[in-house]
Amino acid sequence: MATVRVQAEDFDTGAEIEKVSAGRRDIGAVASFVGLCRDEGGRLAALELEHYPGMAEAELGRVVAEAESRWPLDAVTVIHRYGKIAPGARIVLVVTASSHRVAAFEACEFLMDYLKTRAPFWKKEHLIDGTSGAWVEAKGDDDERTNRWNG
Amino acid sequence: MTDREVRLVYFSWVRERIGVPEERLVLPSDIITAGDLVRWLATRDDAHAFALQSPSTIRVAVDQMHVSHDEAITEAREIALFPPMTGG
Repeated sequence: MATVRVQAEDFDTGAEIEKVSAGRRDIGAVASFVGLCRDEGGRLAALELEHYPGMAEAELGRVVAEAESRWPLDAVTVIHRYGKIAPGARIVLVVTASSHRVAAFEACEFLMDYLKTRAPFWKKEHLIDGTSGAWVEAKGDDDERTNRWNG
Repeated sequence: MTDREVRLVYFSWVRERIGVPEERLVLPSDIITAGDLVRWLATRDDAHAFALQSPSTIRVAVDQMHVSHDEAITEAREIALFPPMTGG
């Protein structure tokens, strides 16, 4: 069972983790990752996340389908927020569930690597001094992390 | 092949530099690939030239699916141009 949500609202990490295995007796492992907004050494007032409505959901769905084809997953949840997000607040959640831990761990990492380079979201920095800063640049090592899954 | 109208949508600094979030344009019949489109758009005016001055940086999606610059876009209805993604 896969759940993909793209939303402005915050999410309840604990509730989402509980949900994937609720009522199940076959799941032996649940792994999760939460991405948070950093304050960049006190410089950042907020991140503004722009997304491509429609494609964001579709591409996350394709990335989830790719993970499901590679690992025996019993459940996957991906939630990605957009809009203005303050330092300390949650941006993204990935939860994976499987019979055994290796599939859950690996699929969780794979999903994060893939969604960083494939899901159509862009971060803009708003700074403490009131100025609107630069668009965050994509990191080369994110591409390398994605590519190593195809080694 | 006849000229065809497509909806172009822009995101992040591509949107800011071009100055509009989307536009409808009739593509000349000799625009075959995503790379052709990026190079042609860059010749339209200063704003498009500024946004698309580094074509290899520009990512293209056709009807909400990623495509590479050498892929055909001749069946496209909606084409998106944007910088490398920074979600997560």
